[in-house]
Amino acid sequence: MKNRDEIAQGLADCGYIADTELATAIALMQLLKRPLLLEGEAGVGKTEVAKALACVHGTELIRLQCYEGLDQSSALYEWNYQRQLLAIQAHRGDGASAIEDQIFSEKYLLERPLLAAIRRERPPVLLIDEIDRADDEFEAFLLELLSDFQVSIPELGTIRATTIPHVVLTSNNTRELSDALRRRCLYHYVGYPDVEREARIILARIDGTSASLSLQIARMVEGIRKEELRKVPGVAETLDWAAALVGLDVRDLHDAPEAVHETLMCLLKTQEDRVRLTREVAARILGKVA
Amino acid sequence: MSCCGPGPDFEEIDAVSRLVAGRLAAFLRTLRDNGFLVGLAEDRDAAALMAAGYAARPSLLRSAFKHLVSARKPDWDKFDGLFDAFWLGKRVRSRSMIAGSATSANNPSLKSLQEASERGEGDRSVTDQVPSADDAPPARGGEGRMEGASRAENLAEVDFRKLADPDQVAQAHEAAARLAKVMRTRLTRRDLARRRGHRLDLRRTIHKNISHGGVPIVLAKRQRKDKPLRLVVLLDASGSMSMYTSVFLRFIHGVLDEFREAEAFLFHTRLAHVSGAMKERDAARALDRLSILAQGAGGGTRIGESLQTFNRHHAARVIHSRSCVMIVSDGYETGDAALLGREMAALAKRCRRIVWLNPMMGWQGYAPEARGIKAALPHVDLYAPAHTLKSLAALEPYLARL
Repeated sequence: MKNRDEIAQGLADCGYIADTELATAIALMQLLKRPLLLEGEAGVGKTEVAKALACVHGTELIRLQCYEGLDQSSALYEWNYQRQLLAIQAHRGDGASAIEDQIFSEKYLLERPLLAAIRRERPPVLLIDEIDRADDEFEAFLLELLSDFQVSIPELGTIRATTIPHVVLTSNNTRELSDALRRRCLYHYVGYPDVEREARIILARIDGTSASLSLQIARMVEGIRKEELRKVPGVAETLDWAAALVGLDVRDLHDAPEAVHETLMCLLKTQEDRVRLTREVAARILGKVA
Repeated sequence: MSCCGPGPDFEEIDAVSRLVAGRLAAFLRTLRDNGFLVGLAEDRDAAALMAAGYAARPSLLRSAFKHLVSARKPDWDKFDGLFDAFWLGKRVRSRSMIAGSATSANNPSLKSLQEASERGEGDRSVTDQVPSADDAPPARGGEGRMEGASRAENLAEVDFRKLADPDQVAQAHEAAARLAKVMRTRLTRRDLARRRGHRLDLRRTIHKNISHGGVPIVLAKRQRKDKPLRLVVLLDASGSMSMYTSVFLRFIHGVLDEFREAEAFLFHTRLAHVSGAMKERDAARALDRLSILAQGAGGGTRIGESLQTFNRHHAARVIHSRSCVMIVSDGYETGDAALLGREMAALAKRCRRIVWLNPMMGWQGYAPEARGIKAALPHVDLYAPAHTLKSLAALEPYLARL
């Protein structure tokens, strides 16, 4: 078992500031060989976990973005139809079965993320992003693949995994996932980071911030998250905002209330929220930031 | 999984002392009783964790178990308390320790509704506007006693609030469930008929045309993806609706089965997510669980506030572009009617259709003059009566077109 402090340190070296629970989860992924299901609000950095994990292992990140109507051919494999048609034309007269043997071979197979993930020499990190957007049928299919790590291609036979990838699934909870899928996975709920961790994230990711400025930004964002907003800003928004402030050469939020107000668009992504967070409200929140 | 490095070492697991194993089994049982998804694989992995040295550090063990056995946010939030209570002997709120109470314990809003119903009535002013069952002559008597279809037909036109005889109420429930079943079958059939493919399936086309030298003579079509409609029902369970709620609950329970994606909410002064109870297989049990919530909660109806809660906390999760929201309410708003209008507008933006069913609409001489319904109507796609089984049946063609 790799020590969870080592894992946390490794993630930090890759620019991801994890809490100890997430480090435990990643240690467990390796120990129990289970996929990790990350759930949480949009923008809390679920996808980043997979990227950081790939960086820690020094391996490739293969990403499958899920969407409604995603099917096996876009997720697993597809035949290269153009080449197949050309080959059929070129070998006309060879007899149907000879042509068939030829065109349904590895040469004409196009790997999609899932097949690619199990055929790598070195186990990659397989990120199955926003699994809640895929249909139930796809979820069921995925379950089968993740338990057996083998794929059967009717024309070609069964392809067994060369390596077992580190699988990370993310969900924004727009649809209830099946118990079967949840049961197979380790579960981690990613919440908004606390002030201290968010400040560390800013410090790690944005060049030119000072410890005091990143703490101020984190506190300010925390205050804004407590307001009644339609779209609560996530960590990605915080980082955008921090970058904007640094770009405007802001050293201390209190010295530049005007710049703070003008850059709030980095955090607030709907007109309603922009209207709600008036200059006065922003000033009130800023007032509470030490 | 032999290809993939060392998994849990079962010999080590055997080394875990019997005492610890017993405690562990008891803990996993407690989790199971509290609604966690703990199966054999989790039992095995939990034991593997103990053997792998996690047992020596309680905080680490807690975190590891938490990831292993949690499957959703409520589990995640509840786990620490249960762990501490079991292993560290700390006190935990008794509610979460009650075996079998998983659903109500998982759902704080459900709990609060229950509290509301235990407290009894709120302000009763609204209920006064609705004639009570006593005003209407109970429709008992000879003709109701006939067997078979005619009995159902008679029942079909009786206003739900006039059903006083427990027998008749039971019959109405049966009929509502039957109606839901018929609608379900028909809707499924229409759905299948509509689902004819039109896109070319290249893989199968090439397969079929190899013998033609690759010239695509026989075309294979790709089946169109089945995209189910999601139905979200918001049922008014306030005092003024009390005569209707139980039949509606039964009807909705039946209909929800068809819509593979369906969510149900109850509201009066607050909103409660009741999909779990609605999906209970046994209709009678589902009704029992819900009727307790629906009855006695009769106070004012804060439709606007309930919708606000819905829009803010549930809408993003339960509504997508192919969602139909069905609101069953008489529209008597005791809260802010302007708020209701605003929230309806926000809701209309999100979903495909809003259907408003109003039992009062079937009454003679009724006009939608209550402030609430007036504010809501501009955003409603279908405004229909729903006071008899017949009026419920009339909804079918509309639902089929969604």
